[in-house]
Order: sequence, then C-alpha cells, then structure tokens
Amino acid sequence: MSWVTQTLSSSLGRKVIMSLTGLFLSSFLVIHMAGNLQLFKSDEGRAFNEYTYFMTHNPVIMTISYLLYTSILVHALMALILTRHNKSSRPVDYAFKRPEANSAWSSRNMGILGTVLLIFIVLHMRTFWYEMHFGSVPMAEYDGKQYKDLYKVVLVAFSQWWYVLIYVISMAALGYHLVHGFQSGFQTIGLRHKKYTPLIEALGTYVFAILIPALFAAMPIYIFLKANNFIG
Amino acid sequence: MKVNLKVWRQKNNNAAGKLVEYGLDNISPDMSFLEMIDVLNGELTRKGDEPVAFDHDCREGICGMCSMYINGRAHGPQTGATTCQLHMRSFNDGETIIVEPWRARAFPVIKDLMVDRTAFDRIMQSGGYVSVNTGSAPDANEIAISRTIADEAMDAAQCIGCGACVAACKNASAMLFVAAKVSHMAVLPQGQAERSIRAERMVAQMDAEGFGACSFTGACSVECPKSISLDHIARMNREYLGAKLTSENV
Ligand code: HEM
Ligand code: SF4
Ligand code: FES
Repeated sequence: MSWVTQTLSSSLGRKVIMSLTGLFLSSFLVIHMAGNLQLFKSDEGRAFNEYTYFMTHNPVIMTISYLLYTSILVHALMALILTRHNKSSRPVDYAFKRPEANSAWSSRNMGILGTVLLIFIVLHMRTFWYEMHFGSVPMAEYDGKQYKDLYKVVLVAFSQWWYVLIYVISMAALGYHLVHGFQSGFQTIGLRHKKYTPLIEALGTYVFAILIPALFAAMPIYIFLKANNFIG
Repeated sequence: MKVNLKVWRQKNNNAAGKLVEYGLDNISPDMSFLEMIDVLNGELTRKGDEPVAFDHDCREGICGMCSMYINGRAHGPQTGATTCQLHMRSFNDGETIIVEPWRARAFPVIKDLMVDRTAFDRIMQSGGYVSVNTGSAPDANEIAISRTIADEAMDAAQCIGCGACVAACKNASAMLFVAAKVSHMAVLPQGQAERSIRAERMVAQMDAEGFGACSFTGACSVECPKSISLDHIARMNREYLGAKLTSENV
C-alpha cells in the first residue's frame, strides 16, 4: 500500500475524511441558508427564483455542487465503514452500562442522526433538485427573461403539514449532529487550542447547531402558514 | 452493610460466561472494593468454590491492574479513581452491584474479571520509547525544559495503562491511551529523534490490535483515573497527520 492509501485507511485517516467532508458540508449550510432566506421576501418568489437561476448556471457554483454531492456520498460511506468497525471492536457488550454518566447523547448517536439526515437529503433532493433539473417546473418571467419558478414547487411542497413536519424533525437531527460534529471535526484534524477551541465550540453550538437549523426549519413553517392563509 | 453482587464468571477465553449472584453481609463501608471482593473470595474458598479471578497489584492507584466495570462504568461510580481506590461507602446498603470485565475485541477475557491487555504492551513496543546513549548518565538538568512543557508531559505521563478508556468508549477505542503516550514524548526534547516514527507506528499498531476509532464522545477522559485530557488526542492526530505528510517513510 502506498503511504496515501495507508494513511486514509487508518482509523485516524478515516476520521479525517469524515471531518473534512463534514466540515465542508457545514460550510455549505451557511451558503444554502443565505440564499434560501430569499424565501422570506414577499415578492412572489422573484428573489428566490433569481437566486436558484444563479446557483444552477454559475460554473464555479456548479463545480462546488459536484464536490458537495461527492462529499455527502463519501461522508455517508465512511460513516458506515467506521460504525461497522467500531461495533466490531466490542463483540461482546456489557450486560449493564451507563453511558449517560460520561458522554453526551448526540456524540454517541452520530450514525442514527446521520441516517436521518441521509434520508432527508434524498427526499429533499427528489423534491427540489430533481424537479429543477429533470422535472417540469412552471416558468416565470422577470424583465423579459425566463426563469424556472421553483418558488411554486416550494409552495406546493410546504403547503402539506406532514412534509413540513419531516423538515422540522430533520433539522432537529441536524442540530444534534452538528452540536457534536462541528467541534469534533476540528479535534479530528488536530485543531484544538486553549485560545480557539472555546470559539469553535460556541460557533458550533450557537450558530451551526441552533441558529442555522432553526432558520431552516422556519422556512417550511413560514411557507406553510402563508400557503394556507394563516398569515398574509 | 449488605451488598448483592452480580459478578461475571467465565472459566476461560473459550468458555461461555454468565453473571452469577452472591450476597455479602457485614461489609464495612471503609473497605475498598477489592477488599470486598477478597471477602467474597474468602467465602467462596471456604465453601470449596472457585474464587473470582481479578487483576490487582499495587492497590493504591498506580499500577493500573484493577480492571472492573462496575454498575455500568469503568472503575465504578467515582471519577478520577481506580477500582482499588473505590470504597464501599460509595454504594448504598443492600445495593445490587454488577461487576463485569473490560469488554473489547483487543482485550480478550482470560478468566472471570481478568482480561489480556498485552495489546497495550505491543503498542508501547512499537514506538512508546526514547533512545538514549548508554554509558555515563547525562547531567539531570542539562536540557532546559520550560515549566509548561514539563507540566504537559507530566500530565500525559500519568497514564497508568489501565485500559479504562477502552472499556468506557462505545467504540472500544484506545485513542486516549495511545495519545497520552505519543503526547508525553512528543513535547519533550528527548522525544524528538523518534517523533514522527512514533506517531506512525503506534497508530498502526493500535489499528492492528483491533481497537475502534475515536468519536470524541469524551467518555474516556471522564472515566480515566488520571483524568488524561482530550487535548492529547488532538495532539496525536496532529502528530500523526504531520508525520504521514512529511516523514521519509513511503
Ligand atoms: C449523509 C448523511 C450523514 C451521515 C450518515 C453522517 C454520519 C456521521 C457519523 C457516523 C459521524 C461520526 C463519525 C464518528 O463518530 O467517528 C459524523 C460526523 C460528522 N458529520 Fe455527519 N453524517 C451525515 C451528514 C452530515 C451532514 C449533512 C453534515 C453537515 C452539514 C455532517 C457533518 C458532520 C461533521 C462535521 C462530523 C464530525 C466529524 C468528526 O468527528 O471528525 N454530517 N457524521
Ligand atoms: S489514558 Fe487513563 S484510562 Fe486510558 S489507560 Fe491511561 S490511565 Fe487508563
Ligand atoms: S491495583 Fe494498582 S491501580 Fe488498582
């Protein structure tokens, strides 16, 4: 084995892959969030549609998006490999254990939380990404230019209460995944320091695990209330 | 006080084991947990039964032998202490106490509560050393070491190789142990000669022994009798990645 494959297949190397893909996915959340905030505008979806047009036509964004799809697959695959290895490291389990005495629930259930996220990502991409690329999306015209009206698709999807519920639950899972994952990702690549670790932990908890999932969850709720005329 | 014990009994590595119940009266709250097991073994011996096999040596928290998983936690309910430093006053009168061996693929059960921890020895042999010249001893204070570095190295050097970190980890990962050893020598001037080889070899041996990967749950550090910090794991990751990227070993 070359030193590269040997490094990447070691337990530490595999975790580094988890960390780099996970942190990359986390950084994408910020971009995704910033763009989707357009949904809160009361402009019949114009800003949102212009933003999705940009996201699907800009070559830099398109390249990054392929990197993103790869990251999701690699992250999930590595999660499976690591989880199986970790399980096999204790073939006979304890009759009685009290893990809650020494560690956080989220840190012990990254695999379950991740599985919820994977199912969510598939559903999410089927509803929006697939429709945008291969489905039949109605068109809208702004200043004489044609745009795919993805906003309509969003309205239809989020007018169903059960669909909104799936999103809210998934965002809770995201919060729990990141409250541990974000700071753990830095540890894995060796970035731990008296001066910066408290900042990383605060950023991971308040921004990535609370603020971002809460804002993402607010979108379907807002659209649901709007589509069903609960709010104007 | 009275206790109701459920102790893991297993004849040898190949035999099937099971939890066996024993009741003990007249246990003093000032006894250590191991002394309580001694009382049990005395009774078993008098009855002509096989005593419970368990590891112990120093009985003062420095040898790391007394591996017992008590009531769902490595070394029992106390933190920062080994089983020999645990006293019966930490339990309630009449409490049921479950005692199991460390559970890890890399730590096979030898008998009852005794497990084979030679995997740790092989990890140490792979790189947990520094080379010194033989001949006359060097002057003790010849190399200046700053106070912070000396403290950092001493904190890591406190590891007694007990394996509670492995026992407590949901992945049976040996990261805290290996990190303590790598870290201890990586920060000292004496450890520089083998610095990159050490990280590479010790991690490779850790993987070869069948320990799990690190999920940073932090359980190891909480259950470690010497409270070894997670900082060392981050340092080992840094050492390992740095070594892999820059060492001459292709
Ligand atoms: C596709 C579904 C996903 C699965 C199956 C999954 C699974 C996992 C698992 C099992 C771990 C823990 C690894 C360990 O403890 O050794 C983990 C860590 C992590 N995940 Fe995910 N995850 C998924 C999606 C995501 C997403 C969408 C993000 C970010 C937006 C993310 C960010 C992270 C981060 C930052 C870590 C920490 C890496 C580390 O501990 O070094 N994951 N993931
Ligand atoms: S790191 Fe702590 S728990 Fe692990 S072997 Fe060393 S002393 Fe024991
Ligand atoms: S017997 Fe030595 S540490 Fe407990």
